[in-house]
Amino acid sequence: MTEVENPGSGRDAEKLPRAVQTTVRERVGAQSPMTTPEAVSVRLTVNGTRHSLLLDPRTTLLDLLREHLDLTGTKKGCDQGQCGACTMLIDGRRVNSCLTFAVMYDGARITTIEGLAADGALHPLQQAFIDHDAFQCGYCTPGQICSAVGLIAERRATSADDIRELMSGNICRCGAYTNIVAAIQQVMGRS
Amino acid sequence: MAHYIGTPTSRVDGFAKVTGAAKYAAEFNVPGLVYGSVVTSTIAKGRIARIDLSAALRVEGVLDVLTHENRPTMADNDQAYKDDVAPAGSPFRPLYDGRIMFSGQPIALVVAQTSEIARFAASLVRVDYETDTHITDVHCQREAAIPLKPPGDPIEAMFTPPKTRGRPEQALAAAAVRHAGEYYVPIEHHNPMELFASTVIYDGDGKLTVYDKTQGVQNVQHYLCRVFGMKPEDVRVMSPFVGGAFGSGLRPQFQVVLAVLAARALRRSVRVVLTRPQMYVLGYRPAMIQLIELGANADGTLDAIMHDAITVTSRYEDFFRQETGWSGLLYKCANAGYKHKLARLDLATPCDMRAPSATTALFALESAMDELAVALNLDPLELRLRCYSERDQHNDLPFSSKALRECYRQGATAFGWDKRNPEARSMRDAGDLVGWGMATGVWEALQMPITVRIALSANGHAEVACATSDIGTGSYTIMAQVAADMLGLPLENISINLGDSSLPQSPVEGGSWIAASVSNGIATTADAIRDELLRLAKQMPGSPLANIASGEVTLADGKLISKGDASRSVSITDAMRHAAVDRIEQEKTYNPSNDVTRAHNTHSAIFAEVKVDEQIGVIRVTRVVSAIAAGRILNTKTASSQILGGVVWGIGMALHEETLIDHKVGRIMNANIAEYHVPVNADIHDIKVIFVDEPDDSNPLGIKGLGEIGIVGVAAAIANAVYHATGKRVRDLPITLDKLRL
Repeated sequence: MTEVENPGSGRDAEKLPRAVQTTVRERVGAQSPMTTPEAVSVRLTVNGTRHSLLLDPRTTLLDLLREHLDLTGTKKGCDQGQCGACTMLIDGRRVNSCLTFAVMYDGARITTIEGLAADGALHPLQQAFIDHDAFQCGYCTPGQICSAVGLIAERRATSADDIRELMSGNICRCGAYTNIVAAIQQVMGRS
Repeated sequence: MAHYIGTPTSRVDGFAKVTGAAKYAAEFNVPGLVYGSVVTSTIAKGRIARIDLSAALRVEGVLDVLTHENRPTMADNDQAYKDDVAPAGSPFRPLYDGRIMFSGQPIALVVAQTSEIARFAASLVRVDYETDTHITDVHCQREAAIPLKPPGDPIEAMFTPPKTRGRPEQALAAAAVRHAGEYYVPIEHHNPMELFASTVIYDGDGKLTVYDKTQGVQNVQHYLCRVFGMKPEDVRVMSPFVGGAFGSGLRPQFQVVLAVLAARALRRSVRVVLTRPQMYVLGYRPAMIQLIELGANADGTLDAIMHDAITVTSRYEDFFRQETGWSGLLYKCANAGYKHKLARLDLATPCDMRAPSATTALFALESAMDELAVALNLDPLELRLRCYSERDQHNDLPFSSKALRECYRQGATAFGWDKRNPEARSMRDAGDLVGWGMATGVWEALQMPITVRIALSANGHAEVACATSDIGTGSYTIMAQVAADMLGLPLENISINLGDSSLPQSPVEGGSWIAASVSNGIATTADAIRDELLRLAKQMPGSPLANIASGEVTLADGKLISKGDASRSVSITDAMRHAAVDRIEQEKTYNPSNDVTRAHNTHSAIFAEVKVDEQIGVIRVTRVVSAIAAGRILNTKTASSQILGGVVWGIGMALHEETLIDHKVGRIMNANIAEYHVPVNADIHDIKVIFVDEPDDSNPLGIKGLGEIGIVGVAAAIANAVYHATGKRVRDLPITLDKLRL
């Protein structure tokens, strides 16, 4: 396991161009600035790598990964918990990371799409999605696959109808649903 | 040599997509990147009286707030804002002035060091408006709708209703059996999964690299150059992966304007990601009120078709497509008439959405045909066969190919149509009413000029480059398949470069024209590569190809081979090494022949089964068979997915999708992906796709394109099945429980 030291709360190290600073200050006038909330310390293990972070408490788990850790495999499709594109596994459970503040999961172990393939070998679901053409544009795919990993671990689905119902939190606008069900069935049949 | 063309090849970009490695517009991270958050108008019409930025600017970490009052210079003429596919009118100019033309219009961009700060500060921008009266309800504009103007250019002429054929009014009056019905399709939104986003990388010298969600990188590049007065070499637009678009990415959208505006103002890299609700002003399928009148002879042949349409557009642009002409094209009928009017509303301009016009028009026409079949006491499929047209009805031309009869036959067989009881409410499965319906689909087989560059290395690897897109359609994969076959190389030796404005010219990816255009472009360029290889091979001492003409050799298995004598060959590697050449590069333009002597169309037959819970009216689409005639199928796996996706869209259109506007405030009420219902996994059951054999010589590879045809007719097939199940005819979509009233 590798340890990554505090990457900080984002891109605050940059100094503003002088021209811009002046403009903003002139327009704000004598009023005092409104400060951002105090940074909060969060420790997370993401795909086996430990991170110690200082974060704006408003940072969602999804934005933490995409904007701070450059793990852009997890997708943002609505930011409202409606589409499932941001599904990742937190301590093995599938979760909509856009509705989840990072500070809520201090100490958690997170698996994203980037963490499913082991030593370059695809996870069986990743291979099954390719085999069955279970995607087109690919944007919902990481969420679908993480959701399917969670689904199989839950052991609640025993039929195609169960899969359809329990995968209905993950929207695919390209309409690859029949192929998604076939891919998941292929892996469930094996496990 | 076709090793790959026509096979079920897995997507070549599949690995990148299932591992999260594929990067979309909002995913290119660079040091110093800052974030823009858009503020939108809360009124539908009027002007900004006062915009107070003081609270937003006080937030620590806010870099600037751009509005119409303080933005840097932008072009001041309509021509600059007219992108390659803009309709007639005066295009919307983001942050240009204080006028408000639709609710949700972008009026400010807050730029801050993090997205959290930008979003919070955006909530603090205070706006006072002077409000004008708005109209957003198409039904209130029926009387005020205006007839289409005579076409101003050849593109508009394509979309203007065809000339009246024969004497439709008289034929209708004299018909033995008549049917008239008004059909309504509401506004629908594309809702691609990826949020619209642009990441603008500001290089030190002022040059910009723009990662944009678009179906046309060169369209965006040209547009940005005009709007901001930049040179083409200073703006490079990239979209290596696009998370769906379905037409919403054909025109440059406002987030790219705002991101570029901010990058130029602040001289740094900027990302703007729209929220899902903000995407509801990027364009939509226009609502359409249609009146269809059919007159038939007693034997079930058609004698009159009249199709009147009112479609929605904005106040500032006249968006319309060929909404009514499909009715006069599809069936043999001596008399046909069309009227098309536009209802101008205080909404953003509509745009193309998957099979624009055909999807809405065929819902009406194919529902009306089903109603006519009932009136004639004829099987709906039999009625289609009696009205079958072997020639284009508008111009009395033969089709380049039309295997629709075979679609009907194979589709009906696979579905088991012959077991259908013609009586409505006659079929049951336990507590459910069962209904079987069918419909026809039609789309155009279009091609566009396109340029492709191929660079072949002596080690037998080839790079294929073209500025086209892959919006999920499978362009990467079919391009690799075609190149591998044309160059006689293994698929894994081909790399595809696309989605980059610096690559050879491509039209926007739309209209189902890319597969045919780019594939023939690859073939054209591969021929030039072959000729150059032959020239080199002939220089080899004792060359086995010394006296052979270029048309007499082919590329296969890494070799140039004589077509007449396979023992005469030279390997690519030997020919290039002998000439001391590491790399052969050719760039050729494919100009499709302008064949006006024949009509070029794709067709489909759709058969649908619904089960309706008699107690509560819930409708499930339990089976669909879609039989497609679309020329040569390049990849049966990805092609099948295209059609599956079209069917899923058709199910959504029939049962779920509807953009709802609160007309009192002129605002979309369900601007999110939970309240705008799209099909989810549990809504989708058995779908079977059939490709019927349809040889076509409209282009050398015989390709017609598949992006649109999958959706056309599906909603009608389902509506017809719902009628068969319940005896209720629902003419306005979507068919929700309240409309069934069982």
